[in-house]
Amino acid sequence: MGNIKINQLDITNEHCPMTFVKVKLALEKMETKEQLEVLLAEGEPLDNVPKTVKEQGNRVLEITQVKNNIYRVLIEKC
Amino acid sequence: MNNLKDKLSIICFSGDFDKLVAAFTLASGAAATNYEVNLFFTFWGLNILKKKKGHVFLGRGFLARFFSFLMGGKNNVPLSRFNFLGISPRLMTKMMKDRNVATLDVLMETAIELGVNLYACDMTMNILGIVRDDYIPEVKEVLGVAKFLEYSKDGETLFI
Repeated sequence: MGNIKINQLDITNEHCPMTFVKVKLALEKMETKEQLEVLLAEGEPLDNVPKTVKEQGNRVLEITQVKNNIYRVLIEKC
Repeated sequence: MNNLKDKLSIICFSGDFDKLVAAFTLASGAAATNYEVNLFFTFWGLNILKKKKGHVFLGRGFLARFFSFLMGGKNNVPLSRFNFLGISPRLMTKMMKDRNVATLDVLMETAIELGVNLYACDMTMNILGIVRDDYIPEVKEVLGVAKFLEYSKDGETLFI
C-alpha cells in the first residue's frame, strides 16, 4: 500500500460554471487513484460537483459537512 | 455508458459582451461535463477572435478596414443594453470580479483549455476581407454552413 496522494481544491468562492470546471481541470491533471479533496458551498456546487464527477466515471468517496454551509467532498480519480 | 458523446454547438452571431458571456459560460460548463462543444463565430461574433484586441484597421479595402476599426476587438465588445460608449462592459467586468464570477476573458481561456472547438465563418471573413491569420491561433478551422451542419449533427444547437 503506497501513500495515496490527496490534492486540495477550494471552490467555496466560485460560481457556476467555474465550480465544476475547476474540479474537472484539477482531475485532468491527476493520476488514476489519486484523490481530490474539494471544499465547496451548499446549493449549486454541492448539487452539481458530485453529480458531474460521477458522470465522468470518477468515484465520490465521501461528503462531509465542515461548517455551516461548507462541505468537503472527497473524490477518487478513476 | 453511451459511446456517443453529448454535443453542444453554439452559433455566436452576436458580438455583445453579455451574449458572449452567456455563450462561453454554456460552452465551458458543457465541456466540463464532457460534452463536445463547437462554437461557430459569425458576423459580429467574430470580433472576439481577433488577435488585435482594440480598434485597429484590419482587412482588405477601405470599407472593410473602416468597419473593422469601428467594431474593434475583444476589448471593445459592447453590452447589448446600456453600453454608454463602452463604459458598462468595464463596470460589468469589475462587478463580476468583485462577486467572484468568471469574467469573459477567464471564460474564454477556460473554454479553450477544456478543448472547446472554435470555428470562424468563411463568408463573413470574406465580406470583411479578413484572413485566418488575423484571428487567434486557437481558431481550429474556417468553415461554411455545410461543415457546420456536419459538425453539429446529432447534437443540440443554439443561436446566440
